[in-house]
Amino acid sequence: MRFIEEYRDSGLAHDLAAAIAAACQPQRDYVLMEVCGGHTHSFARHGLEELLPERVRLVHGPGCPVCVLPAGRIDAAIALARNSDVILCSYGDMMRVPGSKRATLIAAKAVGADVRMVLSTLDALGIARANPEREVVFLGIGFETTAPGTAVALQIARSDRLTNFSVLNNHLLTPPAIRAVLAMPADTPLHGLIAPGHVSAVIGTRVYDEFAVGGQAVVVAGFEPLDLLQSVLMLIRQINAGVARVENGYSRALNADGNRLALAAIAETMPGRRAFEWRGFGLLPESGMQIAEDFAEFDAERRFALNYVSVPDPKSCICADVVRGARVPEACKLFGTVCTPDDPVGPCMVSSEGACAAQWRYGRHRLAPSGEQISA
Amino acid sequence: MVELLPGNMARVSVGGAGQLASLALVEGVVVGDYVLLHVGFAISRIDEAEARTTMARIAEFAGR
Repeated sequence: MRFIEEYRDSGLAHDLAAAIAAACQPQRDYVLMEVCGGHTHSFARHGLEELLPERVRLVHGPGCPVCVLPAGRIDAAIALARNSDVILCSYGDMMRVPGSKRATLIAAKAVGADVRMVLSTLDALGIARANPEREVVFLGIGFETTAPGTAVALQIARSDRLTNFSVLNNHLLTPPAIRAVLAMPADTPLHGLIAPGHVSAVIGTRVYDEFAVGGQAVVVAGFEPLDLLQSVLMLIRQINAGVARVENGYSRALNADGNRLALAAIAETMPGRRAFEWRGFGLLPESGMQIAEDFAEFDAERRFALNYVSVPDPKSCICADVVRGARVPEACKLFGTVCTPDDPVGPCMVSSEGACAAQWRYGRHRLAPSGEQISA
Repeated sequence: MVELLPGNMARVSVGGAGQLASLALVEGVVVGDYVLLHVGFAISRIDEAEARTTMARIAEFAGR
C-alpha cells in the first residue's frame, strides 16, 4: 500500500538504527515516552526496541483509552446493556474489557444482553433507525481521534430527530493525561515525548507547545517503523542540542492547526470539560468531554439518570501503574499467568493499544530464559 | 478513495478491501486521494509533497 510500504523498508530501518546509536552520547540516557498505545504496539510488532541502543529507553504512556477507563465506567456500560429496553453499541475493543469482578460486555451478551459491535457511529445510528421501539445507546470512548465520529452522530441524531439514540460518553482529552504524567517525575523521569499521530491529526501539533516550554522535546510521529525510528533520532538530536521544541514527523497526515471540521464538530456537541476519573491518575480536572446542553436528550447519563460509582481496581493488577509508565507489564505477578488476552484481569492485557497486550503478543520471547541460562 | 457516494460518503480501498467511509470531517477530497481513516471517518488527506519530504529526511538521517 502506498504511504505505508515505503515506511517499512528494512534496510533504511537498520541504517536509521545505526544513526541513532551513533547519535547517542556516552554517559547519558534518553528516556522517551510513546504517549499513544498505537505507537506502543507498532514499536513492539516491528521489534524496534531491539534495534535501539540500551541508552534509549522507551516508556509506555497513557494513550490507550480503554486502559485508562476505570472499572466503574465499564460497570455502568454493562448495567445499561442489561436493561432489556436497551441495545448497547460498542467498538470491538471494549467487548472483552473487564469491569469489576471480571464482568465484560461479551459475557453480558452471552447471557442475553443486546450488545452489538459496530465499526462506526453511523452503524449505531442505523441500528437506532431499524429499531424504533428500542433504546439504542452508543458507548462512546476514545480520545480526540474517535470523539469526532461521536460528534457527527450526535449532530445527525438531532437533525434527524432520532428519539431513541443516545451516547454513553467517555471521551477523554490527551493533554491533561500528558500533564498528569509530567507532574509525576518521580514515577517517570522523561526527556522527550513521541506525541500521538491520529490524535494530532485532529488537535494539531500546536497543543504540545506547553510541554516543550516545560522542557520536553516533542516529536509527533506516524505509525510505521521508519516514522518511529525517525522520531527517536529527532528527539535524541534535540536532547543533545539542549533544546526542547515541537517537531512534526508526520506532516504527510497532519499540521499545526489540526482538523478544522472535526474540532468544530466536537465544539458544537461536546464543548464542555468535566472532571473525569482515570485509571492510574485518579480524578483529573477538565479531562473529559461533556455533552452540550443542546444535545442533553442524547446524553445517556442524563437519559437513564446514571450516577458514576467509583470501584477499586482488580486486586494485584498493576494497569494503574502501567498506564503512567511507572512500571512495565512484566513486573505484574499476574502477567501471562492469571492474566492473558484470552482471560484478562486488567484492560491493558486486552486492548489492542494496551501495553500488556503488546508485551504478551510480541515481547514474550525477550522475557524467556536464553539457552545459556537454561543449561546453567 | 475509490468512489464518491451520496450523503458525504465514499467507497475506499483499505489494502484492497472495499469499505465505506464518511467524508463529513474532510474537505476537498477527490477520487484517487489517500486518506487517514479512523472508525469509519476520513480524518485527514495524505499530502504527497509532505510524504516525499519526510522520506527524503529519513534517507538523509540514514546516510543515503
